[in-house]
Amino acid sequence: MTNPPPANARRSGPLADRIFGWLAKGAAWLTLGALLAILVSLTISAWPAISKYGLGFLASTTWDPVKEEFGGLVMIYGTLMTSLIALLIAVPVSFGIALFLTELSPAWLKRPLGTAIELLAAIPSIVYGMWGLLVFGPLLATYVQQPLQAMFSDVPYLGAFFSGPPVGIGILSAGIILAIMIIPFIAAVMRDVFEVTPTLLKESAYGLGATTWEVVSTVVLPYTKAGVIGGIMLGLGRAIGETMAVTFVIGNFNQLDSLSLFQAANSITSALANEFAEAGAGLHQAALMYLGLVLFFITFVILTLSKILLAQLRKNEGAKT
Amino acid sequence: MSTGQRLLQAADLNQVRQSRYAQRKRVNGVALTLSLMAMTFGLFWLFWILFETIRLGVGGLTLDTLTQITPPPNDAGGLANAIYGSFLMVLLATFVGTPIGVMAGIYLAEFDTKGALAQTTRFVNDILLSAPSIVIGLFVYAVVVTRFKSFSGYAGIMSLALIVIPVVIRTTENMLQLVPPGLREAAYALGAPKWKVIISITMKAARAGIITGILLAVARIAGETAPLLFTALSNQFWTSSLSEPMASLPVTIFKFAMSPYENWQKLAWAGVFIITMAVLALNILARVMTRNKS
Repeated sequence: MTNPPPANARRSGPLADRIFGWLAKGAAWLTLGALLAILVSLTISAWPAISKYGLGFLASTTWDPVKEEFGGLVMIYGTLMTSLIALLIAVPVSFGIALFLTELSPAWLKRPLGTAIELLAAIPSIVYGMWGLLVFGPLLATYVQQPLQAMFSDVPYLGAFFSGPPVGIGILSAGIILAIMIIPFIAAVMRDVFEVTPTLLKESAYGLGATTWEVVSTVVLPYTKAGVIGGIMLGLGRAIGETMAVTFVIGNFNQLDSLSLFQAANSITSALANEFAEAGAGLHQAALMYLGLVLFFITFVILTLSKILLAQLRKNEGAKT
Repeated sequence: MSTGQRLLQAADLNQVRQSRYAQRKRVNGVALTLSLMAMTFGLFWLFWILFETIRLGVGGLTLDTLTQITPPPNDAGGLANAIYGSFLMVLLATFVGTPIGVMAGIYLAEFDTKGALAQTTRFVNDILLSAPSIVIGLFVYAVVVTRFKSFSGYAGIMSLALIVIPVVIRTTENMLQLVPPGLREAAYALGAPKWKVIISITMKAARAGIITGILLAVARIAGETAPLLFTALSNQFWTSSLSEPMASLPVTIFKFAMSPYENWQKLAWAGVFIITMAVLALNILARVMTRNKS
């Protein structure tokens, strides 16, 4: 007969296990609690503005802290418009980068180039902001805005998009800088999903005589579309929530009279960054909190949508094969 | 159909095939050229931003930058208090956020992988991961700053910790999942209790990856400005008291860069240089660590 295991070790095992399990579970609950606390506390803080304006807040362009009249349309427009421009630039570029990294690049270059693109995501947003305001903005004004203005000044409607003082701030600069910031996110996701395409599928297509482009567009892209859309959504979420880079270059000017891409405008994040610390407790602060809640809601919806979409697409892909 | 006609038709077909092939090759060439251009485009911005950061940052960098506190407009000074504040808040936020993130990651990977709580936590974590950092600042303002009626270093730490947690949860879970099940089973078969298996087997196997995740989280919060704007605010003077408003490098850069004063702008560039180099160094360190392990 062997000795039975010491009794205390036996007891301490499960107890320590239970404590450890509680700690782990507690940490998971804490995360859930954090999200709930964010939603509840923002709603409470925004309540004065929510109860006063209701959903009309989203459609009103007045933002007058002196008369205490608030509406968020200007900022919401700025946020959505800058993010849209960012996506228009970033999606094709990211696709090109992912294509280059997976199909074109020589093996020894893949890693350094991939790392370089990822480092673009690591640069703090304040660096983008300062660079955008002091280096990029003036160049954009001189070499892009002024020629465009000269070209389109006489064209009705179109000319209005390019009006404004040539200082290089506004919706377009913010959109371009956001694009640079989200390219690495989208490109990294695209590269990763392109790489999971089974080699067998690709080689079959090559074997049939397809060109690289045909392999990517008819084999890789359909196979990975779920991941590609997920990556784009991720980038969109980033662009919408980005604060500092936008705050530097958008101009912080509450107007929607001119739709010009070069006119100073405002976004939710930059309104918060600029006004919140100075806003007195009361309706002004509540209105800003309301904006924050709207921002959170938008990113929440985008993320949820992308998750649902991904699950759906995955299901369909499974059905087809 | 005569032989001649047939030959002619074959020649025609051949020609069509050849021209279609040439067309396909052209499309391919255009696509690949565009792809190369996209790659160049991406790298171009990286190098341009780094170049300007170095060009404009090194000029403002002197010994005073590291030893003097932030000056009034048009006066000499440095960024010492901002650097110290950033260092302190990032360090403490990492200490607060890491254990919570690691434990929650362990829960997701080891205790409950498919249950309702785990699924919800994963979803919530994804939302927190992509939540705009300024919203986290608003939250901390609402629950901490209004309660204690003062901006404070504590509030700054709390908002930074809230950013650390989801990053660490995600990497911890992913890294633990990579540990082969056989390793765990071998430990269980030797009679080890679960906590011991996790701490001395799976965590040890996944250590490099988890540390990488923590380093990346540190790099992320070191450059965060938005959540500090109305939590830690800023402070012109040297302070070690966490219950007072505390200066941080990013917020100081923001304030100085937007100002019209030349010495402030110069200091802002020096700050941008310091912060960019620190963040890039952390990122490269994190990458080197995982490469050696894998």
